[in-house]
Amino acid sequence: MVKEVKELVNRPDNTAYTQQRLPAWQPMLSAGIVIPGFVSIGLVFIGIGVALFVTSQSIQVLEIDYTGVEQSSPCFKCSDQTGKKCDCVMNFDIDSLFKGPVFFYYGLSNYFQNQRKYSVSIDYNQLTGDLDYFTNPDDACFPFQNDRNKPIVPCGAIANSMFNDTFQLFQLVNGQKKEVPLDGKGIAWWTDYNTKYRNPSVTPLRNAFNGTVKPPSWPQAAYELDTKDTSNNGFINQDFLVWMRTAALPDFRKLYRRITEGDYASGLPAGNYSLQIAYNYPVLSFDGRKKVVFSNVSWMGGKNEFLGIAYLVIGSLCVLMSIVMLIVYAKFKFPEED
Amino acid sequence: MGSVASFFGQLFGKEEKREEERRLRANDRHFNLSFHYVNNAIKTSKYNIFTFLPLNLFEQFRRLANAYFLFLMVLQLIPQVSSLSWFTTAVPLLLVLTMTAVKDASDDINRHKSDKQVNNRTVNVLIDGVLKKEKWMDVQVGDIIKLENNQFVTADLLLLSSSEPLNLVYVETAELDGETNLKVKQALTVTGELGDNIDALAGFHGEVHCEPPNNRLDKFKGVLTVNGQTNALDNDKVLLRGCTLRNTEWCFGLVIFGGPDTKLMQNSGKTVFKRTSIDHLMNVLVLCIFGFLASMCSILTIGNAIWETREGSVFTVFLPREPGVNAPLTSFLTFWSYVIVLNTVVPISLYVSVEIIRLGNSFYIDWDRKMYYPKSDTPAQARTTTLNEELGQIKYIFSDKTGTLTQNIMTFNKCSINGKAYGELFDFSGQRVEINEKTEKVDFSWNQLADPKFIFHDHSLVETIREGNLEAQAFFRLLALCHTVMPEEKKEGELYYQAQSPDEGALVTAARNFGFVFRSRTPETITAWEMGKQVTYELLAVLDFNNVRKRMSVIVRSPEGKLTLFCKGADTIIFERLHPSCNKLKEVTIRHLNEYAGDGLRTLALAYKDLDQSFMEEWKQRHHEASTAMEDREEKLDELYEEIEKDLMLLGATAVEDKLQDGVPQTIEQLAKADIKIWVLTGDKQETAENIGYSCNMLREEMKEIFIVSANTAEEVKEELQNARRKMCPESADEPSVIKSRAGLFWLKKTENVQDEKVDGKYALIINGHSLAFALENNLQLELLRTACMCQTVICCRVTPLQKAQVVQLVKKYKQAITLAIGDGANDVSMIKAAHIGVGISGQEGMQAVLSSDYSFAQFRYLQRLLLVHGRWSYLRMCKFLRYFFYKNFTFTFVHFWYAFFCGFSAQTVYDEWFITFYNLVYTALPVLGMSLFDQDVNDRWSFQYPQLYTPGQLNLYFSKKAFVRCMMHSCYSSLILFFIPWAAMQDTVRDDGKDIADYQSFALLAQTCLLVVVMLQLCLDTHYWTAVNQFFVWGSLAAYFAITFTINSNGMFLIFTFIFPFIGTARNSLNQPNVWLTIFLTSLLCILPVVAFRFILIQLRPTANDKLKELQQVP
Repeated sequence: MVKEVKELVNRPDNTAYTQQRLPAWQPMLSAGIVIPGFVSIGLVFIGIGVALFVTSQSIQVLEIDYTGVEQSSPCFKCSDQTGKKCDCVMNFDIDSLFKGPVFFYYGLSNYFQNQRKYSVSIDYNQLTGDLDYFTNPDDACFPFQNDRNKPIVPCGAIANSMFNDTFQLFQLVNGQKKEVPLDGKGIAWWTDYNTKYRNPSVTPLRNAFNGTVKPPSWPQAAYELDTKDTSNNGFINQDFLVWMRTAALPDFRKLYRRITEGDYASGLPAGNYSLQIAYNYPVLSFDGRKKVVFSNVSWMGGKNEFLGIAYLVIGSLCVLMSIVMLIVYAKFKFPEED
Repeated sequence: MGSVASFFGQLFGKEEKREEERRLRANDRHFNLSFHYVNNAIKTSKYNIFTFLPLNLFEQFRRLANAYFLFLMVLQLIPQVSSLSWFTTAVPLLLVLTMTAVKDASDDINRHKSDKQVNNRTVNVLIDGVLKKEKWMDVQVGDIIKLENNQFVTADLLLLSSSEPLNLVYVETAELDGETNLKVKQALTVTGELGDNIDALAGFHGEVHCEPPNNRLDKFKGVLTVNGQTNALDNDKVLLRGCTLRNTEWCFGLVIFGGPDTKLMQNSGKTVFKRTSIDHLMNVLVLCIFGFLASMCSILTIGNAIWETREGSVFTVFLPREPGVNAPLTSFLTFWSYVIVLNTVVPISLYVSVEIIRLGNSFYIDWDRKMYYPKSDTPAQARTTTLNEELGQIKYIFSDKTGTLTQNIMTFNKCSINGKAYGELFDFSGQRVEINEKTEKVDFSWNQLADPKFIFHDHSLVETIREGNLEAQAFFRLLALCHTVMPEEKKEGELYYQAQSPDEGALVTAARNFGFVFRSRTPETITAWEMGKQVTYELLAVLDFNNVRKRMSVIVRSPEGKLTLFCKGADTIIFERLHPSCNKLKEVTIRHLNEYAGDGLRTLALAYKDLDQSFMEEWKQRHHEASTAMEDREEKLDELYEEIEKDLMLLGATAVEDKLQDGVPQTIEQLAKADIKIWVLTGDKQETAENIGYSCNMLREEMKEIFIVSANTAEEVKEELQNARRKMCPESADEPSVIKSRAGLFWLKKTENVQDEKVDGKYALIINGHSLAFALENNLQLELLRTACMCQTVICCRVTPLQKAQVVQLVKKYKQAITLAIGDGANDVSMIKAAHIGVGISGQEGMQAVLSSDYSFAQFRYLQRLLLVHGRWSYLRMCKFLRYFFYKNFTFTFVHFWYAFFCGFSAQTVYDEWFITFYNLVYTALPVLGMSLFDQDVNDRWSFQYPQLYTPGQLNLYFSKKAFVRCMMHSCYSSLILFFIPWAAMQDTVRDDGKDIADYQSFALLAQTCLLVVVMLQLCLDTHYWTAVNQFFVWGSLAAYFAITFTINSNGMFLIFTFIFPFIGTARNSLNQPNVWLTIFLTSLLCILPVVAFRFILIQLRPTANDKLKELQQVP
C-alpha cells in the first residue's frame, strides 16, 4: 500500500478547486424570474416616482434674473458698468406663504467653473494657511500667481473670480421697508469650513498677509472679507468657501444666505418684496446670466422634477416590457424535448 | 533578446566571424587558444545586477502597450498638456512593470543559481600530465577529461577510451532528448588503446577537424588525425553534454565543444512562439482602438476650437489667456490632453490579465485528475500556457496512429516463414479458433532464457524450430541479430532489453523465446545463444534504419566464416530488392501480409543474402572511405547500402500487434459529434490503416462510400480525386471557390479561404503516401483539400514526417481553421510544430513529441476532455473576459467624452484622479478575473453529453470584430445613461440642508459610483457560475471602493498630502443624501434592465443549444 502511494506522486490533488467542482449558484434568466422581476421593479419605480414627483411639486421656487439684458430691467443701467459701484432694485411679490426655511441662492449661467484650466488654478496648501505658500504660491495658480512680483493671496483663477454682488432683501410693509434678516453662517460644507480651509494662526490676521497682494479683481483683501466676525474672515469666510467649491456644470446656483431668523423663521409671508442689489460682477461680456433664487427644500433636496418623472416613465416601461416579454415567452416557448 | 545581445556585441566589437570548421589538438592549450574557442562556462541568465534594470525595462518597453503608456506618462509631464496627474498612468504602469520585472528577476536569479551550480561542478582534467580537479567552467576545448560512472558529461566530448571492453560507454540521454533507454557509444580503437594510462594520454596529440557548433543532436561529422592516420568520427564516438554516464566505471574524453557551443546549449531557447487567433484579433483591435482614440480626440479638438473662439475668447475676464497662446494652439494642446484623458480605451491591464487567465486555465489542465493516467503516473501537462482558448476552437485534428490511437505495446503475434503462416489456431475441422485468455499457451520452459511474459499460442512453430527447420531458424536468427537493441543482464539469465522502438523489442523477445537469444553485443560482435549453444558473430557493418530507407541491415560473419547480410524492413521496400528466384515465395508471403494487415497488424518482411568474401572486402574498403568523407557522407553511404542490399532472399514476414488504446472509438465519435474533422496520418500500410479506421470508429459501415486514392502518376491522382468529388457532390464547380481577403495588422496578411462544400451523406477518403506526394504538389493541393474536406474521415497512409507537416500546413493555409496535431513519436514532431496546437502523448516512443508539444498527456482519450471541457471553458472564459473588459473600459472612457460637451472641451475628467488610477487595478480587477477563472456555462458532464456545444468556438461566435462592435455600442449606451442621468438629476439641486451638491467633486463622486455599480452589475449578469470566490471578489471590490473612497476623502489624508487629496469630505457630504442614492439606483437599473430584457427575449426567440442545456441543467 505504501509503495502504491509512493508511485502516484504526480497524481493531482482531489479538491473541489483543482477539479473545478466548486459549489456554485447558477442563476438563469428564466421567465419565472425575469417577468415578475420586471413587474415588481416597475411597481417599485412607479412608487418612488410618485413620491419624488409629489415632493418635488411641493417645493416652492422663485427665480429672478437680474442680469439686466432687457432695457425694462431695473438693472439694465448697471449692466454696462465698468467697475464703478452701481445699485439696482428688483421688486417682486409673493402670493402665498413661502414656507421656511427659505434658502437664498445666486445663480450663474454659461459660466465655466468646470473649465480645466480654471478649476486647477488653486493652491490648496496656501488655503490651509501654510505661510510658506503665501510667499511662494504654487505654479498651478497661473495666471494669478504673482502680481508685479508680489505673491497673490489667495492665488488662482477661482479665488480671483469670486462672486462679489451683494444683496439686501426688504419686505414692503405699509410702504415701509422691513429688512429680512439673512443668515450667512452655515452655508458652506462643514468639512470645508473646519478642515479644508484654515487661516494662518497669526493675530491679527492682516499681519500674515504682509508682502502679498490681493487678487486683482477683489475690492478688498482676504482679511477684510468680514471684519466684524473673525470666524468668518479670511479663508474661512463662508461666501468664499461656497465660491471655491466649483460647480460641475456651466449653469449653477450657489447658496447665498439662509432666511431662518426673526419673523421669517417660518418662511416668507405673502406680500411685496424688494431686493437691493449691489451690482459688481460682470457676466455679460461672455453672455452669462445672473439670477437670484429663493427656494425651500425637502428630504430629497432642491426642486428637481427629473428624477420623479424618470422613475415614473421607467417604471411604466418596465411594466410594459414585462407584458411584451410575457407575450414573447408564451408564443415562442421552446419545446422541452430538444 | 538575441538582437539586443548582438547589438551590444557589435557595439563592443565582440562580434566574431562565423566558424567554418573546428580544429583542435589534444593537450595543446596554446594551439587551441589561438582559435578563441569559448570555454566550458555557460550563461543562461540574461542579466546581472547592473544590466538588469536597463535591459529589462528595454525589453518591457518593446511591448507596444507599455511603450504607449510610457509615452502617455511623458505627455503628462508637460504642464500645458497634462490633464491628469502623473500618477494616474504611473501607478498602473509601475505596477505592471514591477510585476513583470519581479517575475523576470526571479527567473533570472534561478538561472544564475543553476548556472553557478553547473559551472562549479568539478571534473578531473588532465593538465601537464597530471589529473587535477577543475571547475567545469575552466575546462577548455582540447582538454582531456576523465568521467566516472553516473557523472554528467561535462562538455561535448570525443570519447577516447573507457573501462569497458572494446571501449564502450553507456549513456543516458534523458536530459537531452527525454529518452530513458541507454545508448551505447564506442571509442576508436586507436584512442581506445590509451586506456587509463595517464602518460600515454598526456602524450596524445591527435588533431580533430570537425563541423562547427550546431544544434543537430543526431549528427556529427569529423576526422581525427593521429600520427598522420585519419579516422572518421561520427555521432557514435561523441558524448554530448547533458548525457549521464551509466554502467561504465570511467572514460576519458577530449573536449570538442564547450559551454555555449555544445549541442545541448545550441538547442535551447530557440522556440517559435505560437500565438492564438485571439491574440492576433486583439492586436488588430488595439490598433483599431488607437484609430478610434485619435478620431475621438479629433472631434473633441474641433469642439475645443469652436468653444475657444465662441466662449473662451470672451471668458477671459475670469480666465485670461496665457500670453502667446491662441485658439489653434490651445486646440492642438487639447488634442494631446484628451489622448491622456481617454487613454483608458487602450487598457494597460489587458495583456497582464489575459496572461493570468491563461495561466490559471493551464493550471486546471495540470490539475485535472480525469486526465491523469495512474498506470504511468503521468498527469496532463500544459507545456505552453498561452494557447488555452484555442483549444476551444479546433476544427481539424491530425492524428498519428501508432502510439496515439494504439498503445504502442507490441506483441509478436503471427509470422509467415517460408510461405507458411504461423500464429493462428485451427480446430480439427480446419476452422479458425478464437484466441482468448483461456487458450492454451505455448510452454517455453525448455528455454531457460525465455521471457516469461511472452505469450504465443501456436505450438506448431516451436515444433518446427525444434525439428531443425533451417528457414525457421534463419528467420529467428535474423531477428536475434538484426536490430539496435541493447541487452542488460544484471544477473545471469535475467535478460532485459532496451529497445528504441517497441517493434524491435517485440521481435527480439520473440526470437529469444523461440531459442535464439540475443545475449550481448559489442561494436564488433554479437553474441547469441542459438538453441542453447553460444554463438558469437562478428559484426562487420550496420546499415541503419531511417525513415527514408525504411529498412535496416547487418552484415555478420558466423564462427564458421560465412558472411551474411540480414535485412528487415517495410515489405514494399524489401520486395523491390528480392532475387527473382523468390517470386513464388513472394506471392504467398504477400497474401499472408495482406491478411495480417487486414487484422490491423504491423508487418515487416525479412530477407537475407550470403556474401562473397572478396566482394565484401572491397565493399568494406569503400564503406570506410565513404564514412570518413567530410562531404556528402550520407549520400555516399546511401549509395553503398543500395548496392549491397539487392538480390535478397526472402525469409518471411512478421506481424506484430498493437492494441487500440482504451476509449479511442468513443473519443473519436465524440469529437466527430463536435464537428471536428479527424485526419489520421500514419506510416502504416493502407490495409492496416483501414482496419484501424474501422476498429476505432472512423470508418463505419453506414458510410456511403470509402474512396481510396492510390495512383502512381499525378494525372491519375487528379482523376481519382476529381471522381471522388463528383460522386459526393455532382454539382460542385470545377474551380474551387477561394475567398481572398486580408487580415492581420494593417491588413498586410493575405489569406485565402477555400469554402466548404455541402455534401449529402458521409464519405471517407484513404490516400497513400505515394499519391499524397503528388497531391501535395502545387497544382493538385486544392483538389486534395476540396475532396478531403468533403469527407467525414481522411486517412493518409505511408506518410513521411515531412508530408505530415505539409498536410497540416495545407489545411492551415486554405481553411483558416484551427488545427491540432497529436502524436507520440519523433516522426510526429514536425506536424506537432506545424499545427496551431501540438499535443504529445507520453507513451512508449521516447519524449521527443512531448518535448516539442504544447500539451501532453498519456492517453488519446484525454483529448476529448482537453477539448470539450477545458478548451471550451477556456474559450468561453477568454471571450467573456474580453467582451466584458472592453465594455468596462469603453464605458469608463466614453463618459469623459460626453462630459467634454459641458466643460468647454477642456479635457476635464469626470472622475477623481484616484478613481482613474484604481479603476482597472483595484476596483474591477479581481471580479473579472474571478469570472474568467471560474465561469462554466454547463458542467463537464453536460459538455460531454452534448458535444455540439463545442461548435460556437469553431465559428468564432463568442468574440469577433462584430462582438467587439456590439461591445462598443453597449458601452456607448451605458455611458450615455451614466452621464446624462446624473447630469439631469443634479440640475439645480441641493442637499436637504440647502447646501451645495451640484459641485464638481460631488458630481465626480456620483458619476464614478454609478459607473462602478453598473459595471459590477453587468459582471454579475455575465457571470453564470457563482462560486463563493466570485461573491467574495464582487462584494469585496465594492467594499474596497467605498473604503478607499472614504479614506481618500478623509481629513487625515488631506492634512498629510494636501495637494493630492483635495476631495476631502466629498463622500461624507454627498453619500448621505437620498437623492444621490436614488440617482445611483436609477442609473444602474437603466443600464442593466434593457440588457436583461434583450437577453431574455433572445433566449426565447433564438435559443442556442447552450441556452436549452442551461434550462435542462436547472431541472435536477
